[in-house]
Amino acid sequence: MSFLVKTEIFEKYTQLILEGALDSATAPQFSEEVRKIIPQKPQVLVLNVEKLDFMSSAGLRVLIFAKQKLGTTAMLFLVKPQEQLVETLKMTGLIFSVNIVDTYSE
Amino acid sequence: MAELDTRIDFYPTNEHQGLKYRRGRVLPFGATLVPNGVNFSIFSSAATSCTLVLFKKNAAVPFAEIPLPDEFRVGNVYAIIVFGLDYENIEYGYKMDGPYDPKNGYRFNKNIILSDPYAKAIGGRDVWRDVANLDRLYPFRSRLVFDDFDWEEDNPLETPMEDLIIYEIHVRGFTAHQSSGVRHRGTFAAIREKIPYLRDLGINGIELMPIYEFDEYEHSRENPETAELLVNYWGYSTLDFFAPKAGYAATGKYGMAVDELKTLIKELHRNGIEVILDVVFNHTAEGDHRGPTISFKGVDNKTYYMLTPDGYYFNFSGTGNTLNCNHPVVRSMVLDCLRYWASEYHIDGFRFDLASILGRAQDGSPLNNPPLLESLAHDPILAKCKLIAEAWDAGGLYQVGEFPAYGRWAEWNGKYRDAVRKFLKGDRNTVGQLSQCMQGSPEMYLQRGTTAGINFITCHDGFTLYDLFAYNSKHNEANGENNQDGNNENYSWNCGCEGETDDAEVNFLRHRQIKNALAILMLSQGVPMILMGDEMGRTQYGNNNTYCHDNELNWLNWELIEKNADIFAFARYIINFRNQHPILRNKEHYRNSDYKNSGYADITYHGTKAWYADWSEINTVFAFMLDGNHAKNGFVKDDTIYVAINMYWDALNFELPQLSKNRKWHVAINTAMPHPETFYHNNNEPVLNNQNNFIVGARSVIVLIGK
Repeated sequence: MSFLVKTEIFEKYTQLILEGALDSATAPQFSEEVRKIIPQKPQVLVLNVEKLDFMSSAGLRVLIFAKQKLGTTAMLFLVKPQEQLVETLKMTGLIFSVNIVDTYSE
Repeated sequence: MAELDTRIDFYPTNEHQGLKYRRGRVLPFGATLVPNGVNFSIFSSAATSCTLVLFKKNAAVPFAEIPLPDEFRVGNVYAIIVFGLDYENIEYGYKMDGPYDPKNGYRFNKNIILSDPYAKAIGGRDVWRDVANLDRLYPFRSRLVFDDFDWEEDNPLETPMEDLIIYEIHVRGFTAHQSSGVRHRGTFAAIREKIPYLRDLGINGIELMPIYEFDEYEHSRENPETAELLVNYWGYSTLDFFAPKAGYAATGKYGMAVDELKTLIKELHRNGIEVILDVVFNHTAEGDHRGPTISFKGVDNKTYYMLTPDGYYFNFSGTGNTLNCNHPVVRSMVLDCLRYWASEYHIDGFRFDLASILGRAQDGSPLNNPPLLESLAHDPILAKCKLIAEAWDAGGLYQVGEFPAYGRWAEWNGKYRDAVRKFLKGDRNTVGQLSQCMQGSPEMYLQRGTTAGINFITCHDGFTLYDLFAYNSKHNEANGENNQDGNNENYSWNCGCEGETDDAEVNFLRHRQIKNALAILMLSQGVPMILMGDEMGRTQYGNNNTYCHDNELNWLNWELIEKNADIFAFARYIINFRNQHPILRNKEHYRNSDYKNSGYADITYHGTKAWYADWSEINTVFAFMLDGNHAKNGFVKDDTIYVAINMYWDALNFELPQLSKNRKWHVAINTAMPHPETFYHNNNEPVLNNQNNFIVGARSVIVLIGK
């Protein structure tokens, strides 16, 4: 399955757009993008996942990794997650660490 | 990561079929993610060669087979690190060669792909009752798991055993019924949705019936009368001891059962609820010499199984084979397994099915000092885990009161179950035994304290609490075994009519008896356990052995809360009553003396006459008083409590013991009264107008509070 991640840095937040399938094969790519933005200490990280069709255990772990690296004061938003992703987040308990929204702007 | 690539074991030394690998590390056993690769380690006392077989997930044939070089072997352990594997999308197994000499215990077959006995996940049945697929090559396949998890501040709760109230749950049956109203019925995720219910009920421990991976289609057959498929529903037949059942996870099909279960446990702990696993180390799913070779049989048959002198399988479990638990290597496996669940899943305790098997030697004979039970009792990682034994087996051992405890093992108190049932149906010569039971069975456990016994009246084996008072005999025809299966000694009484009835009097009596049973259980010293659904009068229509039914017979119908609203209200009340009164949760037995100089002994016994208990054969009443100054063996103060139980068929006058110091008797519980006057909440208990006598209705229980 294919996967694309694009980073956009704004003044008050950083956005990553994810498309395709996030699993153990593609998770390192996502992880690398997150690693690149951490040094700038973003207080808000927005993940636009409208076109993300699938996230596996490996993908979830990068989310957890991102949340941990951002620190306790930072916020993580998920924009328009597909139903399966929301369900997975609920069933694995991660839903409480993220904010699910329809859109995000400053 | 920058430092990791300076490690020597970051780099391969060999290559085969495009895969790079190197010698692995022997510990830990199983498959472990290491920097850049996966470490595989497996032991076999008699294999002559070992090949690692790799599949892409769900593929029909393997994509690689790597023979492990003999140089990679240390003793009897084969270990290899393979690089560049896609963790989530592969499955692995082993082919082992060795002697085929069944008479001497060797059953090697190099053509069968074997599952890793230490696999942390099994693929092949990701969804409950999915297409069976048993003909495909290597049907149950070892998989890799991510063992990292964000537990946050979670730890096993270490709830004092005397404060535990256990609720026995079948994972699927708890929410499979449509009435459960949950999102993903029959799963771990669904139990999370019911946490508020469990909290409200007042229980603080759940015992999950087997959750290790098992094959629900094992021994499945059609019911000759209904053509319905009867399956291995209860799950007492393990495929793998380290893997949670994928089909019990809503995310099983995504390979996330491990995370889902850990999240459930974290959430239960957050709500003060402990998790106890029902574990089945007495046998495996491989059956006897006629059964399939899935793992243990092909990896190391002679080590894992108790074999007869001519190479057949001892059958102390009644299921075909018996795990060779006191063999030093198998002991290690059991220990590794429990340590894994205690540390990686934060499990609070384990209940061991047919635990007497764990005390048998390799030739089946009972041991005086079984090394496995001793090891488990003293293990440092398991030191705070509850260890509970079903202290009998199917081979003639019955050890209730005598299980080799090493000061740690608790037992399912089968004698409590039988004694209380007999008393409740009004049998003669039962009051003395009832008294012992409600004191925490000192005749068996005085040296150990009250927490040596798990008190229960019902469990998954046998009638539900409702059926105990609705059926005189078992009705297991739906199991397709001509009603020959299941226990015949149920000590039940149908209250005048067999099965469902419109007779209001019969139903009123049945509901009263259920409340009486729950009251006796919650007012006893010792650790109480109730069966899922007993709090709402669940019925199995007289079937006392529903092991094979994946249908409404076993699924909890949540509409019963309303239908049997009085039972549910009472169950909730009496469980919370126990929680509110520490006097019911002593760690040590009653001393039958006034060691706090309060003027009353910690416990005194009464009958229809105060201060005089009638232990004679024809008597069917029992009363006792607990002095509030002696709560928790004298360490805390509680109300004084008086309990009177009348199992006579008519109302009787009970003379009440006098209270000192201006205290008065208040009525908290009277099961003879219809709902909502059956009980009164804390601080709302009405004062008795007559402080000297109380007329206790026929077949009912009263509880008075002295304050």
